[in-house]
Amino acid sequence: MRSERPPALFVALAAVGVAFFVLPLVGLVSRASWQTALGDLTSPEALTALRLSLVVSLAATALALLLGVPLAWIYARVPFRGRDVIRALTTLPMILPPVVGGVALLFAFGRRGLVGQALDAMFGIRIPFTTAGAILAATFVAMPFLVLTVESGLRSMDRRYEDAARTLGAGRWLVFRRVTLPLIAPSVFAGAVLCWARALGEFGATITFAGNLPGTTQTLPLAVYIALETRPEVAIMLSLVLLGVSLFILIAMRDRYLRGV
Amino acid sequence: MRIIVAAGATALVVLAACSSPGAATAEITIFAGSSLTDVFDQLGTDFRKTDGSARLTFNFGSSSTLATQIINGAPADVFASADEENMAKVVAAGVSDGEPQLFASNQLQIAVGPGNPKKILGPADLARPDVVLVLAAPTVPAGKYALEALSKTGVSAKPQSQEVDVRAVLNKVSLGEADAGIVYVTDVKSAGGRVTGVAIPEEQQVLARYPIAVVKSSKNAELAHGFMDYVLSPAGQNVLAEFGFSKP
Repeated sequence: MRSERPPALFVALAAVGVAFFVLPLVGLVSRASWQTALGDLTSPEALTALRLSLVVSLAATALALLLGVPLAWIYARVPFRGRDVIRALTTLPMILPPVVGGVALLFAFGRRGLVGQALDAMFGIRIPFTTAGAILAATFVAMPFLVLTVESGLRSMDRRYEDAARTLGAGRWLVFRRVTLPLIAPSVFAGAVLCWARALGEFGATITFAGNLPGTTQTLPLAVYIALETRPEVAIMLSLVLLGVSLFILIAMRDRYLRGV
Repeated sequence: MRIIVAAGATALVVLAACSSPGAATAEITIFAGSSLTDVFDQLGTDFRKTDGSARLTFNFGSSSTLATQIINGAPADVFASADEENMAKVVAAGVSDGEPQLFASNQLQIAVGPGNPKKILGPADLARPDVVLVLAAPTVPAGKYALEALSKTGVSAKPQSQEVDVRAVLNKVSLGEADAGIVYVTDVKSAGGRVTGVAIPEEQQVLARYPIAVVKSSKNAELAHGFMDYVLSPAGQNVLAEFGFSKP
């Protein structure tokens, strides 16, 4: 990278830009009561939310891997009519307001929803107000991050290794497992981490679709929202946990981010 | 480059215009509990007829959220709470201007699907295993009142979700996701035919009292007091009665 002396105007505007993002974080940190930090973080309500958030975000990431890697493979390898439209539809949650996503999920998987109605009638399965609902909501908003990252990995990998394996007699599944997957492993890992981080922070779709019940659907962001009124010190501590995790991931994944997905 | 500068300048102007109340038109922001959504919209419309230049903006939410926001410096001019506890918090924080006044009261009702498909006859049925019950979070006035009513009934009904405000409870019932929710009498009325109300017997009832106060930092204290007086006036009380609220 070639270094260059920045114009004063840019420095000033950039400084305002940085302050805009950093000041809220400083505000949060300044309100934290460090003396009670450990007690706040190990309070039953915080622990319940932490545990549930881990379960929900990891399950959402697993589900996103299961469905997302094949989807990314098809996007990267199979040109078909309407691919751009389908890709846009499946990445919509990245910019869609999560509350809208939650409402849409209700109309699909809710008790009166298109699929939900049948699930309830045939199997007695109801998704809203269950941990499964929270996992679906998290997967809905987080999976696009994985799909796009894996697709970009598949597009930039050297396919000659696959060709070589195939000429040596390897079948498609073997090639995928032993050649493609190891080659795109960094992308899959990066996608999974970004997906996990997004799932961890999910709020709008969860509260709209899955509801809010401690231990069942009240994940960390929901617990922060509820605790802000009654136990702000707990809310701030939980916020700092989310903040720390997110910051760590973004720094660790900086190469992925700067290269663009 | 010129486009960037123009866009930046526009953004700054818009930001400035949006963040400071205009001097030309009198504008106040009213923070009100979510159960007041419909009636305050109506009160606002009627109030504007008496004072044509006034501009009212509403922020509806759970009274507990609103109280937290006001205490932390949210630019509210008037606060109307669904309980006295959250108003007391605002008063204790020293951000209210003058004594809060009670302007309405409300009672609880069980909201069920249209026509009451689950045949819920009273609070005791809320503990039935086949009934999906949703309440407001215990931090929210409606949730606190609902727990009081349930404890008076002696049933240990477990909600499947604790919603952020009473309107969210109403929505879950009207969407059919929940079979029942405890809301205010006025919420059932405002939902029209989307839900049916099941009465809670008098001895298990809880009386919700609604106080209103002007916020100290109001830049338009005169107009804010004007709106508060209007809510307390016979005309305002009539509107509240139309929407099913009782006298304080």
